[in-house]
Amino acid sequence: MTMTPVQTLITVLALALGTALTRALPPLLFPDGKKHPKIIDELTPLIPPAVIGLLVVYSLKSIDLSSAARWLPELIAISVTAAVHLWRRNMILTIAAGTLVYMLLIQFVFA
Amino acid sequence: MEAKKGWSETFRAAFPHTLPVMTGYLVLSLAYGVLMQSKGYGPLWSTLTSALAYSGSMQYAAVILFAGSFDPLAALVLSITINARYIFCSVGMLNRFSNTGLFKPFLFFALSDESFALASTLDVPEGMDKGRFYFALFLLNYSYWVLGTLAGGLIGQMIKFNTAGLDFALTAMYAALFIDLLGDRSSRISGVIGLVCTVLSLLIFGSGNVVIPAMVLIIIVLVAGRRKIA
Repeated sequence: MTMTPVQTLITVLALALGTALTRALPPLLFPDGKKHPKIIDELTPLIPPAVIGLLVVYSLKSIDLSSAARWLPELIAISVTAAVHLWRRNMILTIAAGTLVYMLLIQFVFA
Repeated sequence: MEAKKGWSETFRAAFPHTLPVMTGYLVLSLAYGVLMQSKGYGPLWSTLTSALAYSGSMQYAAVILFAGSFDPLAALVLSITINARYIFCSVGMLNRFSNTGLFKPFLFFALSDESFALASTLDVPEGMDKGRFYFALFLLNYSYWVLGTLAGGLIGQMIKFNTAGLDFALTAMYAALFIDLLGDRSSRISGVIGLVCTVLSLLIFGSGNVVIPAMVLIIIVLVAGRRKIA
């Protein structure tokens, strides 16, 4: 531990405050019942799908095109994931299949 | 007057949806607990951080702060910038979380990526209270993360089996949810916009800085095209 217990506690609280601010700001600015700017209501339903698109890419951001071992397992696993999901539309099956393929690839094939 | 579904039924309805999250969360939070322990911060500290500053990617990035010298301002700035996307997500949940009464503060507090993804894509079961359902989902996910961290901190260095790649479960979940969005025109367009903007941001700004430019781009495109997309 490079910090004292009090310093550590303050650090944790600072992290907590920053996190809470990002999540609490919108409901504080736009509480239920009070009038929102119209643009907020227009954007609100459009944002979640866009964020899911963002998350797909964000979770794959460590891909490195310079070395096959850093993108090929991901490509294969994502393809398997998509194929299984289009075939069965079963969330658990899809995730199990994709994850299993990925783990096998990075632990044994591209290790 | 129809009786609202009870807690037991609510949790039983919510639980299966959290299974994909559970796998990813348990692995990642366990690893986080182990990592913090390796820097000298035991289960008390790692679990407290997970409980109060519940956000995986930020928690991992913040390990460097714990390993260094005391800089609370850096901690505050780090947590705001890395979690900036939650401002976005939170706006996106304003309608869904409206009229959820006492649950509302917790719902926003515990709005992690995965909980957000579930809340955005799941329908509340017929006859079930909206606030309770979301609360059950979010509480389950939150508890996996916190308990996993505790376990990791306690187990410390003892984990032997190779869990490398298990966190791909989260990528797979997002991919599956994305595919499910493609059926609805408005969601499809928004989803593709999100995907493309993030890819562009990744190419231009690199993996370390991808989120904020991506969000800016997304907002610009959504604002410009909102009448056409809806």
